[in-house]
Amino acid sequence: MAISSKKEIKEYQDVLKGKVWVFPDNVDTDAISPGQYLDDLEATLKHTCDTIIKEFPGQVKEGDIIVAGRNFGCGSSRETAPMILQEKGIAAVIAKSFARIFYRSSIARALPVIEVERISNEFETGDVIEINIPNAEVTNLRTGKKLVGKKIHPILLNLLKNGGLEKQLLAELKQK
Amino acid sequence: MSGKTIAEKILASHSLSGTDFKPDDIINAKLDLIMSHIGTGKVVLDFNKIRPSKNRKIFDPSKIVVLFDHYVPAPSERWAAVHDLIRKFVKKQGITNFYDIREGICHQVIPEKGHARPGMLIIGGDSHTPTYGAFNAGSCGVGNTDLFYGYVKGELWFRVPETIKFNITGKLPYNLMSKDIIIKIAGDYTAEVATYKSIEFTGDTMENLSIASRMTMSNFALELGAKFAFGVPDQKVVDWVKNRTTEPFELVKSDPDAVYSEIYKMDVSDLEPQISCPHTVDNVKPISEVAGTKINQAFLGSCTNGRYEDLEIAAKILEGKTIHKDVRMIVTPASKEIWLKAAKSGISEILMNAGAIITNPGCGACFGALGGLLGPSEKCISSANRNFKGRMGSAASEVYLGSPATVAASALKGEITDPRGF
Ligand code: SF4
Repeated sequence: MAISSKKEIKEYQDVLKGKVWVFPDNVDTDAISPGQYLDDLEATLKHTCDTIIKEFPGQVKEGDIIVAGRNFGCGSSRETAPMILQEKGIAAVIAKSFARIFYRSSIARALPVIEVERISNEFETGDVIEINIPNAEVTNLRTGKKLVGKKIHPILLNLLKNGGLEKQLLAELKQK
Repeated sequence: MSGKTIAEKILASHSLSGTDFKPDDIINAKLDLIMSHIGTGKVVLDFNKIRPSKNRKIFDPSKIVVLFDHYVPAPSERWAAVHDLIRKFVKKQGITNFYDIREGICHQVIPEKGHARPGMLIIGGDSHTPTYGAFNAGSCGVGNTDLFYGYVKGELWFRVPETIKFNITGKLPYNLMSKDIIIKIAGDYTAEVATYKSIEFTGDTMENLSIASRMTMSNFALELGAKFAFGVPDQKVVDWVKNRTTEPFELVKSDPDAVYSEIYKMDVSDLEPQISCPHTVDNVKPISEVAGTKINQAFLGSCTNGRYEDLEIAAKILEGKTIHKDVRMIVTPASKEIWLKAAKSGISEILMNAGAIITNPGCGACFGALGGLLGPSEKCISSANRNFKGRMGSAASEVYLGSPATVAASALKGEITDPRGF
């Protein structure tokens, strides 16, 4: 992969609060990180998800959170997909379900991902969401509605806390 | 205790976390093979972060395969630089299983060179890695950070998957192919029917399919979300693999009392050719509902359907004829071996005389970055596996997925066409 991130991975926090972007079902990694721009970080930052929500790349802010339907991150294995979302400031993705490679890569990069049934029905873009990651609880602070999703496996939660797989491995190699 | 599925058996034989696990548990398992293509570039960058630098070692270079298939030959200076970086790394690390730009698509080259064998646990830096399930290997795609971890440690975490079974029976009608079956499954059961799960394809239809056709099914299964996608573990697999390697292996079969989360049954005797319509693979219609849609491009290639039998059926349909004047037909054989076979047998000549162009082996137009892109008003019939918006060029263009027979018949007529009449 020719493009790689310029940003440090964020410190893990149990509770996150942020502005919501609602995405549909089946958001694929070509939409998040288009094949044409895989060698061009600037162009990817400019075009991420613009075929789905035109204003997204221009207006997304640090700490925003994506709420999506089923099968988020399907398609190509490109890890630039979770990476570019982190680069754009996205702090977590909550979806009805994730495609497995996107899920793995998000955990590897310490981007919190939580599965919550019927999540998209409860949010509109612009709402503020509060997430308790270990409890897999999400609350819509506009409506007060709380939903509980599937808890992240303790081993994977630990990975998130350690800053992801790469950071964990580099630390481990140094200790040797 | 109940019996085990193929996935459970393969994970158990590689587990570093004991064998007393159930679906949804997370285990560490040791890897038999790691495949990576252009994503190796990111692995190299990660390797360079290891301090002290004397620790920058791969767990076992003989268990790594690196190849170039996406951007070949390098279409830009930047990709040339990535290739350069990887070539140097491969040399320095002593990776001998390196296939440079000439060999073809990873998912074709890995089995052809005997790297994928029954019972193996394989990860690949490409989503369609479940393709090697056709050879009874547990194989799945991962991202670059997971790859890096695998390169260093030779192990990785796995979530133990549930298994679903598709029992497919009946004789496929004339000019229908395994692609029609798998597209039908996508349409009937959605693109997430197998998310996080392992698939076992069984039944007499599967048994009668060639290895190439089974590879199509295991490959496309990724579009259904599958982690692993096993074909039938039978003598055909043994013979095929034995032809390619002297390494020992043993077939892994599921127990008769293995537990499946779902079992789906399907009879293909009356199946109609199937098309995945824009812009999702599970937006499926029988060909009768989309026939007549005008097309500008026909793409025959990819790791799903760029094999010899795919070129052969296209040549059978196009022999002595000329494709429609408004259609560009691009044929990209999946590997050098297939390319040469088609050249020798005369199939290449037939296709070129009909008006197709034949490119070098590789991913080609499949992923919309290496020529064969679509303009905003254009439509393409493709034998590949994805039709997401913008996958082959303009976000306003449309990609329809079908079998190689459907691609050839449609190229001939200039519109989506039922191949059964040829
Ligand atoms: S042929 Fe297409 S789907 Fe297959 S590996 Fe290449 S880009 Fe991916």
